[in-house]
Amino acid sequence: MSKLTMKTEGDTHIIATRRFAAPPEAVYRAHTDPKIIQKWLLGPEGWTMPVCINEARPGGKFRYEWTNGKGQGFHITGEYIELVPYSRIVHVERMYLPDPTPDSHVETRFDAVGTGTLMTIRMTLPDEPTRAAMLATGMEHGMEASYVRLEGMI
Amino acid sequence: MNEALNLDAAFSALADPTRRAILARLAQGEANVMELAKPFEMTQPAISQHLKVLEDAGLVTRRVDGTTRPRRLAKAGIEAMDQWLAMLRKALEKNYDRLDEVLAAMDQLSPQTRKLIAKPRTRRRGEKR
Repeated sequence: MSKLTMKTEGDTHIIATRRFAAPPEAVYRAHTDPKIIQKWLLGPEGWTMPVCINEARPGGKFRYEWTNGKGQGFHITGEYIELVPYSRIVHVERMYLPDPTPDSHVETRFDAVGTGTLMTIRMTLPDEPTRAAMLATGMEHGMEASYVRLEGMI
Repeated sequence: MNEALNLDAAFSALADPTRRAILARLAQGEANVMELAKPFEMTQPAISQHLKVLEDAGLVTRRVDGTTRPRRLAKAGIEAMDQWLAMLRKALEKNYDRLDEVLAAMDQLSPQTRKLIAKPRTRRRGEKR
């Protein structure tokens, strides 16, 4: 499907969009059902998510833990604020590297487009330096692994 | 200041999340140690130590401005950041490419919807066939 787009907005937002061939119902479930999340939210090859707790309800918590099986790993925790099946999820999250990053507020929308879905993620960080830090330390998972792999190549 | 990129030193400098964050901050413009320390729960000497590693790797340069020494990205630093962000983007794309496959393989209906299709509601008493 169409490629990922990422852009910053104002001083504190990061907006990402991605289209999927499946309807919003399926894409929403893939983001809230731990059994499905464990199949794709993995970062680079070789990484797994042995712990995937997801209480997809307002006030519910989630916790994702990744490992590369060679002693490297990190985790994310978060809390759901609002869930509108199958169109909108609002949550806060922070990453432990191992120290926690500042909380980021994330709104994810799933809009039907034809027979597919346009997903829009809007992240809000506390301030501009934090956003810069977020972009650099890996707003998604597996950055350390990417680095390690690149290092092995040069 | 030597701006030549020492690859080993550069990638070892980039291995640390705090140093990557410092580079990302400097990508937005010049900053002094106090400004750089602000988003981190770290002391200014700790940040200065990270800056020294980045300077030794040729990623960051400094200039003198009165009593402060504002830092900015060296050309090598800009290239390293570009490379880093491209990798970050690649890992994100990898996840979503994987999700494409998962979506293609999964039953795209929710359990509730599936139940409705599998078991049409039973007829109420007196309802005609």
